[in-house]
Amino acid sequence: MLAADGTPLKKSLARALRLQKMRALALIAPLLIFVLVSFIIPIGSMLFRSVENGMVAETLPLTVAELKNWDAESNELPDEAVYAAFVADMVVAIANKEHTRLGTRLNYEKTGMSSLFRKSGRKIKNLDPATDAPFKDKVIDIDKKFGDVETWAVIKTHSVKITNGYFLNAVDMQRTPEGALAQPEDKRILIRLFQRTLIMSLIITGSCILLGYPVAWLLANLQARTANILMILVLLPFWTSLLVRTSAWKVMLQQQGVINDVLVWIGLVADDARLVMINNQFGTIVAMTHILLPFMILPMYSVMQTINPSYLRAAKSMGATNWTAFWRVYFPLSVPGIGAGSILVFILSIGYYITPEIVGGTKGVFISNRIAYHISSSLNWGLAAALGSILLAVVLILYWAYDKIVGIDNVKLG
Amino acid sequence: MADATASDAFVEFERVQKSYDGETLVVKDLNLTMPRGEFLTMLGPSGSGKTTCLMMLAGFETATHGDIRLGGTSINNIPPHKRGIGMVFQNYALFPHMTIAENLSFPLEVRRIGRSDREAKVKRALDMVEMGAFGGRRPAQLSGGQQQRIALARALVFEPELVLMDEPLGALDKQLREKMQFEITNLAHELGITTVYVTHDQTEALTMSDRVAVFDDGRIQQLDPPDTLYEEPKNSFVAQFIGENNTLEGMVKEINNGLALVQLDDGELIDCQPVHESVKPGARTRVSIRPERVEYNKDRLKEGVHTLKAEVKEFIYMGDIFRTRLSVAGNDEFIIKTRNAPDVDRLKPGQQIEIGWLPEDCRALDA
Repeated sequence: MLAADGTPLKKSLARALRLQKMRALALIAPLLIFVLVSFIIPIGSMLFRSVENGMVAETLPLTVAELKNWDAESNELPDEAVYAAFVADMVVAIANKEHTRLGTRLNYEKTGMSSLFRKSGRKIKNLDPATDAPFKDKVIDIDKKFGDVETWAVIKTHSVKITNGYFLNAVDMQRTPEGALAQPEDKRILIRLFQRTLIMSLIITGSCILLGYPVAWLLANLQARTANILMILVLLPFWTSLLVRTSAWKVMLQQQGVINDVLVWIGLVADDARLVMINNQFGTIVAMTHILLPFMILPMYSVMQTINPSYLRAAKSMGATNWTAFWRVYFPLSVPGIGAGSILVFILSIGYYITPEIVGGTKGVFISNRIAYHISSSLNWGLAAALGSILLAVVLILYWAYDKIVGIDNVKLG
Repeated sequence: MADATASDAFVEFERVQKSYDGETLVVKDLNLTMPRGEFLTMLGPSGSGKTTCLMMLAGFETATHGDIRLGGTSINNIPPHKRGIGMVFQNYALFPHMTIAENLSFPLEVRRIGRSDREAKVKRALDMVEMGAFGGRRPAQLSGGQQQRIALARALVFEPELVLMDEPLGALDKQLREKMQFEITNLAHELGITTVYVTHDQTEALTMSDRVAVFDDGRIQQLDPPDTLYEEPKNSFVAQFIGENNTLEGMVKEINNGLALVQLDDGELIDCQPVHESVKPGARTRVSIRPERVEYNKDRLKEGVHTLKAEVKEFIYMGDIFRTRLSVAGNDEFIIKTRNAPDVDRLKPGQQIEIGWLPEDCRALDA
């Protein structure tokens, strides 16, 4: 197809639209750059940390090379060459003050490694790699843990540059010389935490549907003036700080709190048997349902608004009772709103942090609280990144499953 | 059918009033009786109360006062789903999440009719509106006219005795609308269903109905067959609302032998038929004359009738007819219509003519 001047029509059209496209790009460029710099790149680098593991290989290059010839399962200590390489590496590392960081890294895998590297560093510093050979016995003299096969096994196992170790840790397993193995029983907490996060998010989503549906229906069917007032009440929580609302729930639910006081006062609950409603799963569910409710109501409302009231009238004129008309006609038409609200609430709650942190106690915390712990307290960023990646994958899988079952086209946000 | 008596009345409104806010009446004192099998149209401008009447009959609004009866029993306290009235909605209200066949099957399912029976009835209803091949489609896949047919079939599939239609053709283009008007009336008469049809389109009302109830201001202004309504409007509202109409204002001088002599505001005299009860000597009146009944060819006017001077303002050629705008007795919007025939002169703007009419075509109505 050719345009009037003989150039191909496609080319001609592209030229005509180029200016428009450039203008559109220029309009979104500030946000695009902002998001790229402040969000996508950091998150990408964070996710990379879940597999990145250069520390051992970079700090102890010679040792790692020598350890390749050593079989960890032989149950014999490495030979002199490894110890010599180790001393050479350590002297450089100590000069650069990197040996403590290495200790911290290896401590994630085996407790005691941190103090081992910190304490022995001072003494290894005094050895001269050129003159003081042989080193094997001297190093074991400095700390007898260096005479332990397991210490070297840990160094060798975690010397690979790209590791699956963090992901194995994230699902309660560990990387060992024999391959991936389950963690000891008392260390398996993360899978349970993932399960709890999923189940509680489902419960929160379900309660939001039950509580939000009638409100959304009312909003969509009231007169505009009344509906506006109701809408303000629905949006009111949005205008209050999240922290304030969560703290308010603490005041309400605690054992000396408002609800318990009222229950005791009217005699439903004995004073010495006050209900435990906070610092557990119940508290988290109540507070999060309240906080996330608007995210359920708004999409439901906007879908319900588009349902023509004459559908219900038509159903009734054909002989359907109120219930049949609702269940066979209105409800199926409102499902896209429920779907949109549910996705929103579920995905928000699965990664929620502040509320479970404040009202969740130990039994009501989510996986995100664990991630925060590894980011800010244990400083095991690799594990935090692995947990975050798994969370992201779970959300994407659920989204995909929802698309397969319900169809993402059925989701309407307005 | 016009002479419905109480004995064969099927639908009855007796002294029905409706108010939404407790301050103003939307429907004021409605009385109406319909025999079985009649096609009655409620016609009126928006806000005249016609749709409210329909909704009260369907059961979606309750009458504030008065009695609505169906087949002799009062239905004031019967919920809509037990009234057994078929209804076609303005926007069709076809359920978008169901196929056409499921839509039609819905009223039968809620009546707990068996599957094989249901399928037979759905098929028959679809064939009736010539949509037999569309059972598996969704409403959104059909054109407006096709949706309209399905809505009709759905209202008829459970064989109701009474069908209500609320401006069902409003969303269709002109050609399709005319075709559907014809189909709906045919179907209604074939099946012998009683139909109440609401519209604000007077052509639709005139072409489809056995009787038309003209609504204004919450009251029925006139309830008559279409020809009576057009030719013998009882008051100025009906005369203005139905068809095109010319109005001249004046005062009644005298009434002789059933003819009123009216002096127009510019002093000229005309003969009229006194229609409205308020037409008495000395009273002000508004006379109404249809554009096609005005004659300007002197040879065709009767001897001795009063004529008026007129000046041609505009001549519009419309194919089958000529539409000419005149200035008559101070009224610049006086329209006459003449058939496009070989012997008819085409008037020119500025031309001075004399116009007249038969006294029985000129009706003196309320001022």
